[in-house]
Amino acid sequence: MSTPWYRRISEGLTKSRERLGEQLNVIVGRSPDVDEDFWENLEDALIGSDVGVTAVTEIVDRLRDTATRKALPDARAVLDHLAEEIAAEFPTSAPDPFSAAPVVVLMVGVNGTGKTTSVGKIASELATSGKRVLLGSGDTYRAAAVEQLDIWADRAGVPVVRRDRGTDPAAVAFDTVAEANRTTPDVTLIDTAGRLHTSADLMRELQKVKRVVERESSAPVRTVLVLDATTGQNGLTQAREFDAALGLDALVLTKLDGTAKGGIAIAIARELGIPIVRIGVGEGVDDLKPFDALDYARALIGGE
Amino acid sequence: MFQNLTERLQAVFSNLTGKGRLSDADVDAAMREIRMALLEADVNFKVVKEFVARVRERAVGAEVHSSLTPGQAVIRIVDEELTALLGGTDARLVFSGRIPGVVMLVGLQGSGKTTASAKLANLLRKQGKRPMLVACDVYRPAAIDQLEALGRELDIPVHRGEGTDAVAIAKAGVRAAIDSLRDVVVIDTAGRLHVDEEMMDEVARIKEAVRPDQVLMVIDAMTGQDAVNAATAFAERVDFDAVIVTKLDGDARGGAALSVKSVTGKPIMYAGVGEKLDALEQFHPDRMARRILGMGDMMTLIEKAVETADAEAAAEMEERVRTATFTFDDFLQQLQQVKKMGGLGSMLKMMPGAGQMKGLDTEDVDERQLDRVAAIIQSMTAEERANPRLLNGSRRERIARGAGVTVFDVNQVIKQFEQARKLMKQFSKGGGKGRRKGRFGLPGGMQSPF
Ligand SMILES: Nc1nc2c(ncn2[C@@H]2O[C@H](COP(=O)(O)OP(=O)(O)OP(=O)(O)O)[C@@H](O)[C@H]2O)c(=O)[nH]1
Ligand SMILES: [Mg+2]
Repeated sequence: MSTPWYRRISEGLTKSRERLGEQLNVIVGRSPDVDEDFWENLEDALIGSDVGVTAVTEIVDRLRDTATRKALPDARAVLDHLAEEIAAEFPTSAPDPFSAAPVVVLMVGVNGTGKTTSVGKIASELATSGKRVLLGSGDTYRAAAVEQLDIWADRAGVPVVRRDRGTDPAAVAFDTVAEANRTTPDVTLIDTAGRLHTSADLMRELQKVKRVVERESSAPVRTVLVLDATTGQNGLTQAREFDAALGLDALVLTKLDGTAKGGIAIAIARELGIPIVRIGVGEGVDDLKPFDALDYARALIGGE
Repeated sequence: MFQNLTERLQAVFSNLTGKGRLSDADVDAAMREIRMALLEADVNFKVVKEFVARVRERAVGAEVHSSLTPGQAVIRIVDEELTALLGGTDARLVFSGRIPGVVMLVGLQGSGKTTASAKLANLLRKQGKRPMLVACDVYRPAAIDQLEALGRELDIPVHRGEGTDAVAIAKAGVRAAIDSLRDVVVIDTAGRLHVDEEMMDEVARIKEAVRPDQVLMVIDAMTGQDAVNAATAFAERVDFDAVIVTKLDGDARGGAALSVKSVTGKPIMYAGVGEKLDALEQFHPDRMARRILGMGDMMTLIEKAVETADAEAAAEMEERVRTATFTFDDFLQQLQQVKKMGGLGSMLKMMPGAGQMKGLDTEDVDERQLDRVAAIIQSMTAEERANPRLLNGSRRERIARGAGVTVFDVNQVIKQFEQARKLMKQFSKGGGKGRRKGRFGLPGGMQSPF
């Protein structure tokens, strides 16, 4: 079996044409001709990666233009160029909310995207690098969510502020920030309950949590959306709604260890300018990687 | 927000006022929009290609219903094709009869299996069963606690095993159900990626060990293009029977449901529509079709338009009755309309006053009898249909032979026809208070002929 596609992101790719050429087999096929088939396959590949038909049409149209203008010699040159274009969609030099200190980060997102798992992995990453971390179990709604975060806190060896199921999440946030103000950890991560962005009540609840955190915290507050890479076009709506309600600083893109490519993150970057700061590539504590836009773009175009 | 199909097609057809057949260029433009709308709804691009080809075939040269705009006509075709592709409404859990029955839920991480397991157990209990939940997710931290908490909330027992052998836990769970006289077991399994060989092997071994009556794959409505890969792999390894689509209470169009149905052929059985434990519904393909393309409102309009057109036909018929030209052809047309509207039973219920009529058991009207009447009328010559007075004994015998019925049956139909004609005449003269014409042109007082 070939290497899973995401490995190509995390292992990093040599920038040589030859190496990239290997990845591009699916699209280039046997003939490196830039013909109508090539463009159609390219469009299909991008749509199949959930980039979204509108963004794909724009990207491909622009690429066709450039290919003619710059007289790019073959398919490889075109794809090389495309990878750079896609990478350029992501904001450069985006600040990493997890590397600031002190900072309080709210982790938000729809149900099941990997919020709690990501909190656990990030806590572990930071703790390993010598930072002091505090967790807050803001999901007091879902059954056993508090217990789940407890286990992750244990794995990372970091303290957690927990309250019983059913407690007002704003109260847990308040207590977590109070603890942070007292013990001054470098990074405070607050897990929140998954919620659909269409639920006005639950979005208001989250706004209240953020208000409380901002009011109480002596450290700056950041909000990170956890997005599942298997999500399709609804991912853009999710990002819009969470951004409108809370103001998003960054994305964590999870579950890139499957075959889903998470292309909707490109559409999100284009429209909202939100950077990806970590990717999730498994369920283990170490399955978290930094995000490199160019490696990601190359792996994406590379197909299977 | 994404543009829905209705808006898209309206834009395409806005400068097209003429009626009649759709031109090739019209169809091309419409197909482009349909493709975009389906892709935005997350239908897999390969599935979209096939689907658009099928719709195109039907749309080219399609006769446009006189009361519909070309755009509406195309939407109607799309709606019908989508609904057909999404399958019938009758996907139900099938149990072999062995006690306990076993249902097993599988799927990717975070799709909503644990909540769906609890909801399903709750639903089964409402149907009179005595369910037990079995927690086989030994990987995700606190997943077993989660199921246990949900079981406690529902007051449904949860089997939680020792150790990390999911196969052994599943087996022990079924035994525990037997011991505690439970008649159905719902097994929650860990979320897994379809490319994770070891985990796919585990789920296949669980299935092997407990031989479930039904395996259901749980799919998140927000899933994108990759849904087909996951579903295909799960179909290969555990050959699931049907699908539960979750998180449909959000605003995802849910094209993944269509993709999965069309690549695996497995029906969609349930829809998860909320976090509450009773938020699991039978799946409705027609609603899903409309949701995928965001054309709910338009379909209501189209139905009204078609209905109005039928009403026009009905008004025309009333006119003919008034001038005493009601013929067997009209009678036949009425019957066909009745059939189209979902049968006499449901029709009669819609007619004012019919529900209270004595001796009219609306549920009991046999559809086949409608077909028999149709056969009898179709065995008449055009002349006979237009002029029932011609129907003498020998003609009646010939008709009976033609329709494969007895002369007595033919006589009955003729009698019914005459009754209907008399009634219609009465009503068309103004009728009594409260005797309004039925919604679909049949007179309110018309009795079931059978
Ligand atoms: N394969 C894979 N699975 C992941 C990844 N991140 C999370 N998961 C799994 O996804 C499932 C859901 O993860 P959670 O962390 O519970 O998600 P959540 O967003 O906290 O869920 P709720 O709090 O219920 O909304 C679990 O089974 C995780 O193990 C990832 O990067 N790859
Ligand atoms: Mg969580």
